[in-house]
Amino acid sequence: MPTSDRIYLDYAATTPCDPDVVTAMLPYFGDVFGNPSSIHRDGQRGWQAVERARKAIASALNCASGEIVFTSGGSESDNLALRGVVLAAQRNKQRPHLITTAVEHHAIGRTLAQLHTDFNCDVTYLPVDQHGLVSAAQVAAAIRPETRLVTVIYANNEIGSIQPIADLAHVCKEAGVLLHIDAVQAASQLTIDVDALGVDLMSLGAHKFYGPKGVGALYIRRGTPITVTQTGGAQEQGLRAGTHNVPLIVGMGKAIDVVVAQREAYNAHVQHLRDLLIEQVLTTIPDAQLTGHPTQRLPNHASFVFKNIDGNDLLMRLDMVGISASSGSACSTGNPEPSGVIKALGLPQDWQLGSLRLTVGKHTTQAEIATTVQKLREIITKMRATSPAVQRETV
Amino acid sequence: MSTPYLEPKRVVVAMSGGVDSSVAAALLVEQGYEVIGLMMRLWSEPGADNTSGNAANKCCTPESMGNARYIAAQLDIPFYVVDTQDVFRKKIVNFFVDGYSAGVTPNPCVECNRHIRWDFLLNKALELGATHLATGHYAQVRYAEDHYQLWRGVDQHKDQSYVLSVMGQEQLQHALFPVGGIPKPEVRKLAERFDLPVAKKQDSQDLCFLKDNDYRRFLRDNVPDIMDAGEIVDTTGKVLGQHVGLPNYTIGQRRGIKVAASYPLYVIGKDAQANTLIVGPKEKLGTKSLIAKRVNWVNGVTPEAPFEALVQIRYKSKAVPATVTPLSAHTMEVTFADPIRDATPGQAAVVYHGEQCIAGGIIFE
Repeated sequence: MPTSDRIYLDYAATTPCDPDVVTAMLPYFGDVFGNPSSIHRDGQRGWQAVERARKAIASALNCASGEIVFTSGGSESDNLALRGVVLAAQRNKQRPHLITTAVEHHAIGRTLAQLHTDFNCDVTYLPVDQHGLVSAAQVAAAIRPETRLVTVIYANNEIGSIQPIADLAHVCKEAGVLLHIDAVQAASQLTIDVDALGVDLMSLGAHKFYGPKGVGALYIRRGTPITVTQTGGAQEQGLRAGTHNVPLIVGMGKAIDVVVAQREAYNAHVQHLRDLLIEQVLTTIPDAQLTGHPTQRLPNHASFVFKNIDGNDLLMRLDMVGISASSGSACSTGNPEPSGVIKALGLPQDWQLGSLRLTVGKHTTQAEIATTVQKLREIITKMRATSPAVQRETV
Repeated sequence: MSTPYLEPKRVVVAMSGGVDSSVAAALLVEQGYEVIGLMMRLWSEPGADNTSGNAANKCCTPESMGNARYIAAQLDIPFYVVDTQDVFRKKIVNFFVDGYSAGVTPNPCVECNRHIRWDFLLNKALELGATHLATGHYAQVRYAEDHYQLWRGVDQHKDQSYVLSVMGQEQLQHALFPVGGIPKPEVRKLAERFDLPVAKKQDSQDLCFLKDNDYRRFLRDNVPDIMDAGEIVDTTGKVLGQHVGLPNYTIGQRRGIKVAASYPLYVIGKDAQANTLIVGPKEKLGTKSLIAKRVNWVNGVTPEAPFEALVQIRYKSKAVPATVTPLSAHTMEVTFADPIRDATPGQAAVVYHGEQCIAGGIIFE
């Protein structure tokens, strides 16, 4: 549990490791250090730990162990899914067409941009509605004979909206097109049963559900045509070369066990706080608007835009009063451009820069929500008053 | 009118990732202030935003930003990047281009201190509840006789009071220059003592927004007609040859005029409207007096009578004896004891009493 007098409301960026996860990982840094690819007993112990974690994940996903490939995280999983499927198609002398949405994470968006410019792929970007959602009808209309893959973010990182995955899967299955989903944000709260969802590929990252950073997985339905993109050793059925990061993989296995076991209680906890947060922000702060779908959204996710507010400035001021939050733009570099996701929602210009994401988690309390709303209201009131303290005479 | 003394409490330090502002931040932390690091993301030419080759000295590269962020984390102070691109482009880059188009040699550093650092950024700091804004400039603020004073930095090779001569009482009241009282070699030693991982890079360049150090190329790329060839004339208007674009020449320049004459020719003036370059013998070069406009009197009061002072007309030139005559609140005439050679419209004329900066204006003619 994090010890700090700060209020952390950025669980969508990352979560603290569960203490049980840390405990589970510790032996694999020293006591059990063998390389899972080695012949000897030390290696075999490492191998066993990796396979146990794989089983835990397969069980949570309702799939076979052999359908899980460990990676370094969500971004690598997304890259392997997209590049691997494209490469396999091109081996068969096809010029692949891919379909995605206007609200994807950069791990998808920038990978597709490169596949288009440098690897001779065709990409269709589907527009979204005001809540950031696409429909099965849109996907169906965009599918062409050469379409290989549809890739859609399961739950949006910036605005929390949950795409109708089962509906999309139905359309894809009818057309014989693969469906990949980025479930990095969704895994902590939504079902990740790949059969119920009907997906062929699914990306996960452990640190979004109280596991360690630097490890993730890609689910690949058996029989999916995919080619290795990181070559080297034959780890992960030849689909991802590199010595296994045993402690982190063990941590991911433990984290997914905890997440599945606690999901109902966790969701009840976060949703209660999140609803409180949304209600209080919208009723006490003028010119505030929820972004994303009002109900079809991640239970822990609140996101807003505020009229005539600079989101970077807002985050800085929240940080100064001890609140960790996030926005829709690349704030750490001071670039004020609204993000692609915020742009895609079609908000008026004077609302676009004022985005704020508050995501609650395991350690969030009701008192923290009350403090946050109060501070947020004070800061926004002050920012809107904008009385420059120094009025300089121009000579 | 007096200016009350303001006790520093919460200090915003403008960080660039370089040694001076990093040491400034470390000193402020050591002195026990509540310190917040801010870095301005300034506008720079597309292509300047990389860490390779020419861009090594440029501001706001990912490397310098990372460096500033790292140092702030090491000092355990909050650090934020403030977007300043829009106002910087409007107030500085456009000003730079307009200046050259009008035939003067603008000084963007002076304007940056006027409009960006000690206006936009100072306001930002005050909005954040800071009492003071600190920078890594080599200059000193002193409080005496109910006023704030601006003095040269103790390191005469590094002194930056010239570009800070736009500051008045309202700015100086909120200003701290933690390294201004320290010689540069000592600042480097302090960086080692604080264990600051400052890059061994050169001092930052004047024209931080260029992707290379070639302002002529920048002007050529951005102002269509600015490099048009035109006539070179003498002071009687007689045509002597062709010039290759006015921004290629500075007042006092001798080499590169490429006109044959029986005596050495110097650039003595430019006529932007007629697009002509005026040349003449060395004797024509000297100026006995100049007029400066947009004059800032540091203590906020325009003197009533002419007075003797030292006047510096370039960032790196020596201040020389002169008589300063205030003509109006923001205009002054400077009459030099001995004629000076390269008074250049667009640069600042900065007035000193000994080491103390009294006023600064922009050379008009």
